[in-house]
Amino acid sequence: MTAAPLLQVRDLSVLFPARRGAPPVRAVERLSFEIAPGQTLGLVGQSGSGKTTAGRAILQLQKASGGSVRLLGQELTTMPAGALRRMRRHMQFVLQNPYSSLHPRMTIGQILSEPLQVHRSVPANRVRERVEELLELVNLDPTMMRRYPHEFSGGQRQRVVIARALAVNPDFVVCDEPVSALDVRTQAQIVALLQSLQEKLGLSYLFIAHDLAIVREMAHRVAVMFRGRIVEMGSADQVYDSPAHPYTRLLLDAVPVPDPRLQRERLRQAPPDLRFLEGDGGACVHGVDHEGAGTPEWHEVAEGHGVSCRYWPAGSSPAG
Amino acid sequence: MTGPLLRVRDLTATVTTRREVIRAVRGVSFDINADEAVGFVGESGCGKSVTAKALMRLAPEGASIALGGSVAFWGQELLGLGEEEMRDLRGRRIAMVFQDPMTSLNPVMSIGAQMADMLRRHLGLSGRAARERGIELLDLVGIPEPARRIDDFPHQFSGGQRQRILIAIAISCEPDLLIADEPTTALDVTVQAQILRLLLRLREERGMALMLITHDFGVVAGMVDRVNVMYRGEIVETGLVDDVFSAPQHAYTRALLDAVPRLQGAGAIR
Repeated sequence: MTAAPLLQVRDLSVLFPARRGAPPVRAVERLSFEIAPGQTLGLVGQSGSGKTTAGRAILQLQKASGGSVRLLGQELTTMPAGALRRMRRHMQFVLQNPYSSLHPRMTIGQILSEPLQVHRSVPANRVRERVEELLELVNLDPTMMRRYPHEFSGGQRQRVVIARALAVNPDFVVCDEPVSALDVRTQAQIVALLQSLQEKLGLSYLFIAHDLAIVREMAHRVAVMFRGRIVEMGSADQVYDSPAHPYTRLLLDAVPVPDPRLQRERLRQAPPDLRFLEGDGGACVHGVDHEGAGTPEWHEVAEGHGVSCRYWPAGSSPAG
Repeated sequence: MTGPLLRVRDLTATVTTRREVIRAVRGVSFDINADEAVGFVGESGCGKSVTAKALMRLAPEGASIALGGSVAFWGQELLGLGEEEMRDLRGRRIAMVFQDPMTSLNPVMSIGAQMADMLRRHLGLSGRAARERGIELLDLVGIPEPARRIDDFPHQFSGGQRQRILIAIAISCEPDLLIADEPTTALDVTVQAQILRLLLRLREERGMALMLITHDFGVVAGMVDRVNVMYRGEIVETGLVDDVFSAPQHAYTRALLDAVPRLQGAGAIR
């Protein structure tokens, strides 16, 4: 990556401690990636893969058990609470459910003024003006500010959630399944909005989703997570057009295609053998002793396109 | 038993909640033939789920429903049927699978007990026979070690497994028609593919008609023979699935198809 990264994550791990006889869970294991200014990294994987936990750990909403997160060059994991609070205006969160993430008893105006007051980002006499500006930014009518969340559709509420995240002029926004609760046409509109905001404001996104097609539209680079690890990462074209890890291929093959003949054919093919996902994948497929050598379990297949050597089916080779 | 399995004419459904009265279904007509799979596609609020519930004379949660028009099942009019006769039909001849397997299963009953409930009520099986049939059904829908798992509770299964269990319960009395309302929406993409394959297989093995309701054009694509596109309580387009995808006639259908995100430009997936 040429530009200095806005966000730099190194070996980030999250361990949920043992509970009631259940063993500890390594929810996120040695995650490393960078996001350049104005760029989107898509983080895909199935439920339970650790993608949401990763997003929370990056925002310091979840304690990491190891590793480093640097935003704008500053280390967040060791930052004192006061400094971290001030840092929060640079990083914001857009969540999946636009129904539960807005307070039902607050007007849209109150919802949007709150972050402005907390971060004292505008003088008190300018709050109203800024709220109007924010509503316009997400293509909503400024007169909406006197109304309540239940008066709006899911898509409109998600616009309000986005406006709230943008209230403090952040540089970096974690979007966790921001459109998965919405209808397909509304999804397309919100995706277009996020893209235009990125262009206008130079935002960087970590875009977390299980829907691979949506991620393809949004992301410059894509990381595929499985069992807490990134198993493949590269540009969107690299990962989608020449997937190198069997798990990535499995995910891509499972996406239904809106073409009856093709989709019928795919459903009639023998289902994939998922057993290889059960073990920890065993030794490196390239025969490298990573632990002994102290190197990450990671292999470049092209410039900027890497793949983990874990979770390969037994007896398979990366060339095959 | 002549004519279509299901013949719906000018069906209207008015849903009354505490807050409002909604004309959710505004005169829809369609047929479903025996062995046929028919898709219903549309956005939330278009009336597709209410249509499905109306066929079984069920109201959406927390609401009451008033129905008009005609629903004939093997020629028998359902809208005038007594509640008792309707209860006998539900689950036995027409079965339904909903989106959220967690709320459709009783959390404090073992899945064996929930399956037995259905089998004893509708088929009059003894406790032992119902249990054996339950194990067979779990095996049929791909739950590993069914004899060991039948006494487990819903929370002990994954989301995909719970959906399989619901499907097992739905097909347990060999219904003529299975209504599946967003059966894969809450599931991961690989699990979704497994459930779709399961539905396809069951339909072929048992010659069961399928009414598949979804907002996802990708999901209906490989699954159904015909598709109805719903908008604001009406069917705005109907046709063979291949025709609707290749040459959508209604502007709304085109808009929906255009909004479907694509993985790549020209089906480059191997």
